[in-house]
Amino acid sequence: MKKLTTPLKVEDLKDLKAGDNVTITGYIYTARDAAHKRLVELLEEGKELPIDLEGAIIYYVGPTPAREGEPIGSAGPTTSYRMDSYTPQLLDQGLLGMIGKGKRSQEVKDKIVEKGAVYFAAIGGAAALIKKAIKSAEIVAYEDLGAEAIRKIYVEDFPVTVVNDAHGNDLYQSGRKEYLQWLKEN
Amino acid sequence: MRQIDAGLITESVKKMVMEANYFLPEDVYSTIKEAQDKEEWQLASDILDKILQNADIAKNDQVPMCQDTGMAVVFVEMGQEVSIVNGYIEDAINQGIREGYEEGYLRKSVVGDPLNRVNTKDNTPGIIHYSIVPGDKLKITVAPKGFGSENMSRLKMLKPAEGLEGVKDFVLETVELAGPNPCPPIVVGVGIGGTMEKAAFLAKKSLMRSFDSYNENPFYADLEKELLEKINELGIGPQGFGGKTTALRVFIEYYPTHIAGLPVAVNIQCHAARHKEVVL
Ligand code: SF4
Repeated sequence: MKKLTTPLKVEDLKDLKAGDNVTITGYIYTARDAAHKRLVELLEEGKELPIDLEGAIIYYVGPTPAREGEPIGSAGPTTSYRMDSYTPQLLDQGLLGMIGKGKRSQEVKDKIVEKGAVYFAAIGGAAALIKKAIKSAEIVAYEDLGAEAIRKIYVEDFPVTVVNDAHGNDLYQSGRKEYLQWLKEN
Repeated sequence: MRQIDAGLITESVKKMVMEANYFLPEDVYSTIKEAQDKEEWQLASDILDKILQNADIAKNDQVPMCQDTGMAVVFVEMGQEVSIVNGYIEDAINQGIREGYEEGYLRKSVVGDPLNRVNTKDNTPGIIHYSIVPGDKLKITVAPKGFGSENMSRLKMLKPAEGLEGVKDFVLETVELAGPNPCPPIVVGVGIGGTMEKAAFLAKKSLMRSFDSYNENPFYADLEKELLEKINELGIGPQGFGGKTTALRVFIEYYPTHIAGLPVAVNIQCHAARHKEVVL
Protein backbone atom coordinates (compact mmCIF):
# COMPACT_ATOMS: atom_id res chain seq x y z
CA MET A 1 0.00 0.00 0.00
CA LYS A 2 1.49 3.33 -1.04
CA LYS A 3 1.28 6.28 1.32
CA LEU A 4 0.92 9.89 0.30
CA THR A 5 1.07 13.01 2.42
CA THR A 6 -0.16 16.47 1.50
CA PRO A 7 0.72 18.88 0.05
CA LEU A 8 1.50 16.75 -2.98
CA LYS A 9 4.40 17.16 -5.36
CA VAL A 10 4.37 16.05 -9.00
CA GLU A 11 7.33 13.85 -8.03
CA ASP A 12 5.14 11.86 -5.59
CA LEU A 13 2.60 11.04 -8.26
CA LYS A 14 4.63 9.94 -11.24
CA ASP A 15 5.00 6.34 -10.07
CA LEU A 16 1.32 5.91 -9.27
CA LYS A 17 -0.60 3.59 -11.60
CA ALA A 18 -4.31 3.21 -12.20
CA GLY A 19 -5.49 0.48 -9.83
CA ASP A 20 -3.00 1.24 -7.05
CA ASN A 21 -4.43 1.39 -3.57
CA VAL A 22 -3.10 4.42 -1.74
CA THR A 23 -3.62 6.01 1.65
CA ILE A 24 -3.57 9.77 2.12
CA THR A 25 -2.58 11.63 5.27
CA GLY A 26 -2.68 15.39 5.79
CA TYR A 27 -4.94 18.36 5.10
CA ILE A 28 -7.23 18.20 2.09
CA TYR A 29 -10.16 20.38 0.96
CA THR A 30 -13.76 19.42 0.34
CA ALA A 31 -15.84 20.95 -2.44
CA ARG A 32 -18.80 20.04 -4.63
CA ASP A 33 -20.40 21.69 -7.68
CA ALA A 34 -21.67 24.85 -5.97
CA ALA A 35 -18.26 25.65 -4.45
CA HIS A 36 -16.48 24.80 -7.71
CA LYS A 37 -18.73 27.22 -9.54
CA ARG A 38 -17.79 30.03 -7.17
CA LEU A 39 -14.08 29.27 -7.34
CA VAL A 40 -14.08 29.35 -11.11
CA GLU A 41 -16.13 32.55 -11.15
CA LEU A 42 -13.44 34.18 -8.97
CA LEU A 43 -10.74 33.03 -11.37
CA GLU A 44 -12.66 34.42 -14.31
CA GLU A 45 -12.90 37.77 -12.55
CA GLY A 46 -9.17 37.64 -11.90
CA LYS A 47 -9.68 37.51 -8.13
CA GLU A 48 -7.81 35.53 -5.51
CA LEU A 49 -9.15 32.17 -4.33
CA PRO A 50 -10.06 31.65 -0.66
CA ILE A 51 -7.90 28.48 -0.58
CA ASP A 52 -4.37 27.69 -1.73
CA LEU A 53 -4.51 25.02 -4.42
CA GLU A 54 -0.75 24.50 -4.82
CA GLY A 55 -0.20 20.74 -4.40
CA ALA A 56 -3.70 20.43 -2.93
CA ILE A 57 -6.22 17.62 -3.02
CA ILE A 58 -9.94 18.33 -3.36
CA TYR A 59 -12.33 15.71 -2.07
CA TYR A 60 -15.76 15.82 -3.71
CA VAL A 61 -18.02 15.37 -0.71
CA GLY A 62 -20.98 16.92 1.03
CA PRO A 63 -20.92 15.34 4.49
CA THR A 64 -23.85 14.77 6.83
CA PRO A 65 -23.96 17.09 9.88
CA ALA A 66 -21.51 16.23 12.67
CA ARG A 67 -22.86 14.99 15.98
CA GLU A 68 -21.66 16.84 19.07
CA GLY A 69 -18.02 16.12 19.80
CA GLU A 70 -17.30 14.74 16.34
CA PRO A 71 -15.44 16.54 13.55
CA ILE A 72 -17.74 15.46 10.76
CA GLY A 73 -20.63 13.23 9.83
CA SER A 74 -20.65 10.47 7.20
CA ALA A 75 -18.49 11.54 4.29
CA GLY A 76 -18.31 9.41 1.16
CA PRO A 77 -17.50 10.68 -2.34
CA THR A 78 -20.01 12.25 -4.69
CA THR A 79 -20.10 11.68 -8.46
CA SER A 80 -17.22 13.57 -10.07
CA TYR A 81 -18.49 14.36 -13.58
CA ARG A 82 -20.49 17.29 -12.21
CA MET A 83 -17.15 18.99 -11.48
CA ASP A 84 -15.67 18.29 -14.93
CA SER A 85 -16.39 21.67 -16.46
CA TYR A 86 -14.58 23.45 -13.61
CA THR A 87 -11.68 21.07 -12.97
CA PRO A 88 -9.21 22.08 -15.72
CA GLN A 89 -9.08 25.66 -14.40
CA LEU A 90 -8.34 24.40 -10.89
CA LEU A 91 -5.62 22.08 -12.15
CA ASP A 92 -4.07 25.16 -13.74
CA GLN A 93 -3.92 26.68 -10.25
CA GLY A 94 -1.72 23.87 -8.95
CA LEU A 95 -4.34 21.36 -7.81
CA LEU A 96 -2.74 17.91 -8.00
CA GLY A 97 -5.24 15.46 -6.60
CA MET A 98 -8.98 14.87 -6.71
CA ILE A 99 -11.00 12.27 -4.85
CA GLY A 100 -14.47 11.32 -6.02
CA LYS A 101 -16.24 8.51 -7.79
CA GLY A 102 -17.17 7.85 -11.39
CA LYS A 103 -15.92 8.75 -14.83
CA ARG A 104 -14.17 12.01 -15.82
CA SER A 105 -14.41 13.79 -19.16
CA GLN A 106 -11.67 13.44 -21.76
CA GLU A 107 -10.78 17.09 -21.20
CA VAL A 108 -10.15 16.46 -17.51
CA LYS A 109 -8.15 13.32 -18.22
CA ASP A 110 -5.96 15.17 -20.70
CA LYS A 111 -5.36 17.96 -18.22
CA ILE A 112 -4.44 15.41 -15.52
CA VAL A 113 -1.72 14.06 -17.82
CA GLU A 114 -0.54 17.54 -18.76
CA LYS A 115 -0.17 18.55 -15.11
CA GLY A 116 1.07 15.23 -13.74
CA ALA A 117 -1.93 15.09 -11.41
CA VAL A 118 -4.04 12.12 -10.23
CA TYR A 119 -7.73 11.34 -9.88
CA PHE A 120 -8.55 8.94 -7.07
CA ALA A 121 -11.77 7.12 -6.24
CA ALA A 122 -12.99 6.52 -2.73
CA ILE A 123 -15.64 3.85 -2.25
CA GLY A 124 -19.01 5.35 -3.08
CA GLY A 125 -21.44 4.68 -0.28
CA ALA A 126 -18.76 3.80 2.29
CA ALA A 127 -19.38 7.08 4.06
CA ALA A 128 -19.48 5.78 7.64
CA LEU A 129 -16.18 3.94 7.11
CA ILE A 130 -14.47 6.97 5.54
CA LYS A 131 -15.72 9.19 8.37
CA LYS A 132 -13.32 7.33 10.66
CA ALA A 133 -10.31 8.55 8.66
CA ILE A 134 -11.29 12.21 9.12
CA LYS A 135 -9.78 13.65 12.28
CA SER A 136 -10.70 17.31 12.03
CA ALA A 137 -12.79 19.59 9.86
CA GLU A 138 -13.10 23.33 9.61
CA ILE A 139 -15.16 25.41 7.21
CA VAL A 140 -12.82 27.73 5.31
CA ALA A 141 -15.14 29.23 2.69
CA TYR A 142 -18.77 29.55 1.62
CA GLU A 143 -20.37 28.65 4.93
CA ASP A 144 -23.73 29.61 3.43
CA LEU A 145 -23.55 26.52 1.22
CA GLY A 146 -24.05 24.25 4.26
CA ALA A 147 -23.02 20.69 3.37
CA GLU A 148 -21.47 22.12 0.21
CA ALA A 149 -19.20 24.63 1.98
CA ILE A 150 -15.44 24.27 1.50
CA ARG A 151 -13.94 22.46 4.44
CA LYS A 152 -10.31 21.91 5.30
CA ILE A 153 -10.15 18.44 6.76
CA TYR A 154 -7.31 16.44 8.26
CA VAL A 155 -7.32 12.84 7.13
CA GLU A 156 -5.24 9.96 8.42
CA ASP A 157 -4.69 6.97 6.14
CA PHE A 158 -7.67 7.78 3.97
CA PRO A 159 -7.98 4.76 1.63
CA VAL A 160 -8.37 5.57 -2.08
CA THR A 161 -7.69 3.91 -5.42
CA VAL A 162 -5.92 5.53 -8.37
CA VAL A 163 -8.36 5.82 -11.31
CA ASN A 164 -6.68 8.26 -13.70
CA ASP A 165 -2.91 8.40 -13.35
CA ALA A 166 -0.48 10.95 -14.77
CA HIS A 167 0.27 8.64 -17.71
CA GLY A 168 -3.23 8.56 -19.17
CA ASN A 169 -4.37 5.22 -17.75
CA ASP A 170 -7.99 4.84 -16.67
CA LEU A 171 -8.96 2.15 -14.19
CA TYR A 172 -12.59 2.28 -15.33
CA GLN A 173 -11.40 0.94 -18.68
CA SER A 174 -8.40 -1.17 -17.71
CA GLY A 175 -9.88 -2.81 -14.58
CA ARG A 176 -12.86 -4.13 -16.44
CA LYS A 177 -10.76 -5.25 -19.40
CA GLU A 178 -8.35 -7.16 -17.17
CA TYR A 179 -11.19 -8.82 -15.32
CA LEU A 180 -12.94 -9.92 -18.54
CA GLN A 181 -9.64 -11.17 -19.94
CA TRP A 182 -8.99 -13.17 -16.78
CA LEU A 183 -12.52 -14.56 -16.93
CA LYS A 184 -11.92 -15.78 -20.48
CA GLU A 185 -8.71 -17.52 -19.50
CA ASN A 186 -10.11 -19.18 -16.39
CA MET B 1 -64.24 4.68 9.50
CA ARG B 2 -61.07 3.95 11.41
CA GLN B 3 -59.39 7.11 12.62
CA ILE B 4 -55.63 7.61 12.51
CA ASP B 5 -54.01 10.62 14.12
CA ALA B 6 -51.80 12.75 11.89
CA GLY B 7 -49.30 12.98 14.76
CA LEU B 8 -48.77 9.23 14.63
CA ILE B 9 -47.93 9.51 10.94
CA THR B 10 -45.35 12.22 11.67
CA GLU B 11 -43.76 10.11 14.42
CA SER B 12 -43.60 7.03 12.19
CA VAL B 13 -42.08 8.86 9.23
CA LYS B 14 -39.53 10.57 11.45
CA LYS B 15 -38.39 7.27 12.90
CA MET B 16 -38.28 5.59 9.50
CA VAL B 17 -36.15 8.21 7.75
CA MET B 18 -33.55 7.85 10.48
CA GLU B 19 -33.61 4.07 10.66
CA ALA B 20 -33.57 3.69 6.89
CA ASN B 21 -30.37 5.74 6.77
CA TYR B 22 -28.62 3.88 9.60
CA PHE B 23 -29.63 0.28 8.98
CA LEU B 24 -29.10 -1.46 5.67
CA PRO B 25 -31.98 -3.93 5.22
CA GLU B 26 -31.04 -7.52 6.18
CA ASP B 27 -31.87 -8.94 2.75
CA VAL B 28 -29.62 -6.39 1.04
CA TYR B 29 -26.79 -7.10 3.48
CA SER B 30 -26.96 -10.86 3.02
CA THR B 31 -27.15 -10.53 -0.77
CA ILE B 32 -23.95 -8.44 -0.77
CA LYS B 33 -22.35 -11.04 1.49
CA GLU B 34 -23.32 -13.85 -0.90
CA ALA B 35 -21.97 -11.85 -3.82
CA GLN B 36 -18.72 -11.33 -1.98
CA ASP B 37 -18.35 -15.06 -1.38
CA LYS B 38 -18.75 -15.67 -5.11
CA GLU B 39 -16.55 -12.79 -6.25
CA GLU B 40 -13.18 -14.15 -7.39
CA TRP B 41 -11.69 -10.85 -8.52
CA GLN B 42 -9.68 -9.57 -5.56
CA LEU B 43 -10.24 -5.82 -5.91
CA ALA B 44 -13.97 -6.47 -6.28
CA SER B 45 -14.13 -8.73 -3.25
CA ASP B 46 -12.22 -6.16 -1.16
CA ILE B 47 -14.70 -3.46 -2.08
CA LEU B 48 -17.72 -5.59 -1.21
CA ASP B 49 -16.06 -6.32 2.10
CA LYS B 50 -15.64 -2.60 2.79
CA ILE B 51 -19.28 -1.97 1.88
CA LEU B 52 -20.31 -4.57 4.46
CA GLN B 53 -17.95 -3.06 7.04
CA ASN B 54 -19.52 0.30 6.30
CA ALA B 55 -22.99 -1.08 6.95
CA ASP B 56 -21.77 -2.55 10.25
CA ILE B 57 -20.29 0.78 11.37
CA ALA B 58 -23.42 2.68 10.37
CA LYS B 59 -25.56 0.27 12.36
CA ASN B 60 -23.35 0.18 15.47
CA ASP B 61 -22.66 3.91 15.61
CA GLN B 62 -26.11 4.89 14.33
CA VAL B 63 -24.72 7.15 11.63
CA PRO B 64 -25.88 7.42 8.02
CA MET B 65 -24.40 4.65 5.84
CA CYS B 66 -24.05 7.20 3.04
CA GLN B 67 -23.61 10.96 3.17
CA ASP B 68 -26.26 11.30 0.49
CA THR B 69 -29.18 10.66 2.77
CA GLY B 70 -31.38 11.22 -0.22
CA MET B 71 -34.63 12.80 -1.15
CA ALA B 72 -37.35 11.08 0.86
CA VAL B 73 -39.57 9.03 -1.42
CA VAL B 74 -42.72 7.92 0.38
CA PHE B 75 -45.34 5.41 -0.75
CA VAL B 76 -48.66 5.61 1.04
CA GLU B 77 -51.21 2.83 0.72
CA MET B 78 -54.31 4.05 2.45
CA GLY B 79 -57.20 1.78 3.21
CA GLN B 80 -60.43 3.36 2.02
CA GLU B 81 -61.93 2.91 5.48
CA VAL B 82 -59.27 5.08 7.09
CA SER B 83 -59.83 8.68 8.02
CA ILE B 84 -56.92 10.90 9.07
CA VAL B 85 -57.70 13.21 11.97
CA ASN B 86 -55.92 16.22 13.48
CA GLY B 87 -54.12 17.28 10.32
CA TYR B 88 -53.55 16.86 6.62
CA ILE B 89 -51.67 13.69 5.73
CA GLU B 90 -49.17 15.36 3.41
CA ASP B 91 -48.22 17.95 6.04
CA ALA B 92 -47.86 15.17 8.60
CA ILE B 93 -45.48 13.24 6.34
CA ASN B 94 -43.39 16.29 5.51
CA GLN B 95 -43.23 17.17 9.20
CA GLY B 96 -41.88 13.66 9.87
CA ILE B 97 -39.23 14.16 7.20
CA ARG B 98 -38.32 17.58 8.63
CA GLU B 99 -37.93 16.28 12.18
CA GLY B 100 -36.19 13.06 11.18
CA TYR B 101 -33.57 14.75 9.00
CA GLU B 102 -32.84 17.28 11.72
CA GLU B 103 -32.74 15.00 14.74
CA GLY B 104 -31.06 12.18 12.89
CA TYR B 105 -28.13 14.31 11.67
CA LEU B 106 -29.08 13.58 8.08
CA ARG B 107 -27.99 15.76 5.18
CA LYS B 108 -30.50 18.23 3.78
CA SER B 109 -30.22 17.78 0.04
CA VAL B 110 -33.36 19.36 -1.37
CA VAL B 111 -33.55 22.66 -3.29
CA GLY B 112 -36.91 24.42 -3.44
CA ASP B 113 -36.76 25.23 -7.13
CA PRO B 114 -34.89 23.14 -9.72
CA LEU B 115 -33.48 26.16 -11.56
CA ASN B 116 -32.94 28.73 -8.83
CA ARG B 117 -31.66 26.07 -6.44
CA VAL B 118 -31.99 27.38 -2.91
CA ASN B 119 -31.77 24.65 -0.27
CA THR B 120 -35.02 24.21 1.71
CA LYS B 121 -32.78 23.36 4.70
CA ASP B 122 -35.06 20.65 6.07
CA ASN B 123 -35.06 18.11 3.23
CA THR B 124 -38.73 18.72 2.46
CA PRO B 125 -40.79 18.25 0.49
CA GLY B 126 -40.72 14.50 0.08
CA ILE B 127 -41.85 12.75 -3.08
CA ILE B 128 -45.11 11.24 -1.94
CA HIS B 129 -47.12 8.66 -3.88
CA TYR B 130 -50.60 7.75 -2.70
CA SER B 131 -52.81 4.85 -3.51
CA ILE B 132 -56.19 3.95 -2.10
CA VAL B 133 -56.58 0.27 -1.26
CA PRO B 134 -59.32 -1.83 0.36
CA GLY B 135 -59.37 -2.15 4.14
CA ASP B 136 -58.72 0.00 7.21
CA LYS B 137 -54.93 0.02 7.40
CA LEU B 138 -52.41 2.65 6.45
CA LYS B 139 -49.10 1.42 5.04
CA ILE B 140 -46.23 3.88 4.70
CA THR B 141 -42.95 3.03 3.00
CA VAL B 142 -40.06 5.47 3.23
CA ALA B 143 -37.14 5.22 0.81
CA PRO B 144 -34.37 7.85 0.95
CA LYS B 145 -33.12 8.02 -2.64
CA GLY B 146 -29.58 9.16 -3.42
CA PHE B 147 -29.03 11.02 -6.66
CA GLY B 148 -25.76 9.43 -7.74
CA SER B 149 -27.89 6.52 -8.83
CA GLU B 150 -31.09 8.46 -9.56
CA ASN B 151 -29.19 10.54 -12.13
CA MET B 152 -28.25 7.39 -14.05
CA SER B 153 -31.90 6.39 -14.57
CA ARG B 154 -33.54 6.55 -18.00
CA LEU B 155 -36.90 6.26 -19.72
CA LYS B 156 -37.72 5.52 -23.32
CA MET B 157 -40.89 5.15 -25.34
CA LEU B 158 -40.07 2.10 -27.45
CA LYS B 159 -41.99 1.06 -30.52
CA PRO B 160 -44.07 -2.08 -29.95
CA ALA B 161 -42.07 -3.75 -32.74
CA GLU B 162 -38.91 -3.41 -30.64
CA GLY B 163 -40.52 -5.81 -28.17
CA LEU B 164 -38.64 -7.92 -25.67
CA GLU B 165 -35.26 -7.43 -27.35
CA GLY B 166 -35.74 -3.68 -27.31
CA VAL B 167 -36.45 -3.74 -23.59
CA LYS B 168 -33.41 -5.90 -22.83
CA ASP B 169 -31.14 -3.70 -24.93
CA PHE B 170 -32.40 -0.56 -23.24
CA VAL B 171 -31.82 -1.96 -19.74
CA LEU B 172 -28.30 -3.15 -20.60
CA GLU B 173 -27.46 0.11 -22.33
CA THR B 174 -28.60 2.07 -19.27
CA VAL B 175 -26.39 0.03 -16.95
CA GLU B 176 -23.48 0.37 -19.39
CA LEU B 177 -23.85 4.15 -19.62
CA ALA B 178 -24.05 4.42 -15.84
CA GLY B 179 -20.81 2.48 -15.42
CA PRO B 180 -19.10 3.37 -12.13
CA ASN B 181 -21.21 6.47 -11.41
CA PRO B 182 -24.10 5.01 -9.37
CA CYS B 183 -21.81 3.22 -6.88
CA PRO B 184 -22.17 -0.34 -8.12
CA PRO B 185 -23.18 -2.94 -7.09
CA ILE B 186 -26.57 -1.61 -8.09
CA VAL B 187 -30.18 -2.71 -8.01
CA VAL B 188 -32.05 -2.24 -11.27
CA GLY B 189 -35.74 -1.33 -11.15
CA VAL B 190 -37.57 -1.70 -14.46
CA GLY B 191 -41.08 -0.51 -15.25
CA ILE B 192 -42.59 -1.72 -18.50
CA GLY B 193 -45.88 -0.57 -20.02
CA GLY B 194 -48.57 1.86 -18.90
CA THR B 195 -47.95 5.47 -19.87
CA MET B 196 -44.76 7.48 -19.53
CA GLU B 197 -45.23 8.33 -15.84
CA LYS B 198 -46.65 4.91 -14.99
CA ALA B 199 -43.50 3.19 -16.28
CA ALA B 200 -41.32 5.49 -14.17
CA PHE B 201 -43.50 4.92 -11.12
CA LEU B 202 -43.36 1.14 -11.54
CA ALA B 203 -39.59 1.21 -11.87
CA LYS B 204 -39.31 3.10 -8.60
CA LYS B 205 -41.93 0.97 -6.86
CA SER B 206 -40.19 -2.25 -7.87
CA LEU B 207 -37.16 -1.18 -5.82
CA MET B 208 -39.25 -1.59 -2.66
CA ARG B 209 -39.48 -5.34 -3.22
CA SER B 210 -37.72 -7.79 -0.96
CA PHE B 211 -34.47 -9.23 -2.33
CA ASP B 212 -35.81 -12.78 -2.23
CA SER B 213 -38.81 -11.94 -4.37
CA TYR B 214 -39.34 -12.43 -8.08
CA ASN B 215 -42.16 -11.15 -10.24
CA GLU B 216 -45.22 -13.36 -9.74
CA ASN B 217 -45.54 -13.84 -13.48
CA PRO B 218 -43.01 -16.56 -14.45
CA PHE B 219 -42.28 -14.84 -17.77
CA TYR B 220 -41.18 -11.66 -16.00
CA ALA B 221 -39.44 -13.61 -13.23
CA ASP B 222 -37.33 -15.32 -15.90
CA LEU B 223 -36.63 -11.96 -17.50
CA GLU B 224 -35.41 -10.62 -14.13
CA LYS B 225 -33.00 -13.53 -13.81
CA GLU B 226 -31.82 -13.30 -17.41
CA LEU B 227 -31.17 -9.57 -17.20
CA LEU B 228 -29.28 -9.94 -13.91
CA GLU B 229 -27.05 -12.54 -15.53
CA LYS B 230 -26.45 -10.39 -18.61
CA ILE B 231 -25.68 -7.31 -16.51
CA ASN B 232 -23.18 -9.26 -14.46
CA GLU B 233 -21.47 -10.41 -17.63
CA LEU B 234 -20.63 -6.78 -18.45
CA GLY B 235 -17.69 -6.89 -16.04
CA ILE B 236 -18.23 -3.37 -14.63
CA GLY B 237 -17.98 -4.75 -11.10
CA PRO B 238 -18.13 -3.07 -7.68
CA GLN B 239 -17.32 0.64 -8.07
CA GLY B 240 -16.61 0.00 -11.76
CA PHE B 241 -13.12 -1.40 -11.09
CA GLY B 242 -13.99 -4.69 -12.79
CA GLY B 243 -15.62 -7.84 -11.41
CA LYS B 244 -18.66 -10.01 -11.44
CA THR B 245 -20.91 -8.08 -9.06
CA THR B 246 -22.29 -5.18 -11.08
CA ALA B 247 -25.88 -5.69 -9.94
CA LEU B 248 -27.43 -7.44 -6.96
CA ARG B 249 -30.96 -7.74 -8.30
CA VAL B 250 -33.19 -6.79 -11.22
CA PHE B 251 -36.83 -6.07 -10.37
CA ILE B 252 -39.45 -5.75 -13.07
CA GLU B 253 -43.01 -4.48 -12.77
CA TYR B 254 -45.34 -4.27 -15.75
CA TYR B 255 -48.75 -2.83 -16.59
CA PRO B 256 -51.16 -2.88 -19.54
CA THR B 257 -50.31 -0.32 -22.19
CA HIS B 258 -51.65 1.25 -25.40
CA ILE B 259 -51.66 -0.59 -28.76
CA ALA B 260 -49.22 2.00 -30.11
CA GLY B 261 -46.70 2.05 -27.26
CA LEU B 262 -44.08 0.26 -25.19
CA PRO B 263 -42.80 2.58 -22.44
CA VAL B 264 -39.83 1.33 -20.46
CA ALA B 265 -38.21 3.03 -17.48
CA VAL B 266 -35.05 1.99 -15.68
CA ASN B 267 -34.52 3.34 -12.18
CA ILE B 268 -31.02 2.70 -10.91
CA GLN B 269 -30.55 2.14 -7.18
CA CYS B 270 -27.15 1.93 -5.50
CA HIS B 271 -26.09 -0.69 -2.95
CA ALA B 272 -27.39 1.65 -0.23
CA ALA B 273 -30.84 0.27 -1.02
CA ARG B 274 -32.63 1.91 1.87
CA HIS B 275 -36.27 1.50 2.71
CA LYS B 276 -38.47 1.03 5.74
CA GLU B 277 -42.16 0.42 6.08
CA VAL B 278 -44.81 0.52 8.72
CA VAL B 279 -48.45 -0.54 8.82
CA LEU B 280 -50.65 1.62 11.04
S1 SF4 C 1 -25.30 6.56 -5.33
FE1 SF4 C 1 -26.00 5.69 -3.38
S2 SF4 C 1 -24.18 4.91 -2.36
FE2 SF4 C 1 -23.53 6.29 -4.00
S3 SF4 C 1 -23.26 8.26 -3.01
FE3 SF4 C 1 -25.33 8.23 -3.84
S4 SF4 C 1 -26.65 7.43 -2.19
FE4 SF4 C 1 -24.54 7.00 -1.65
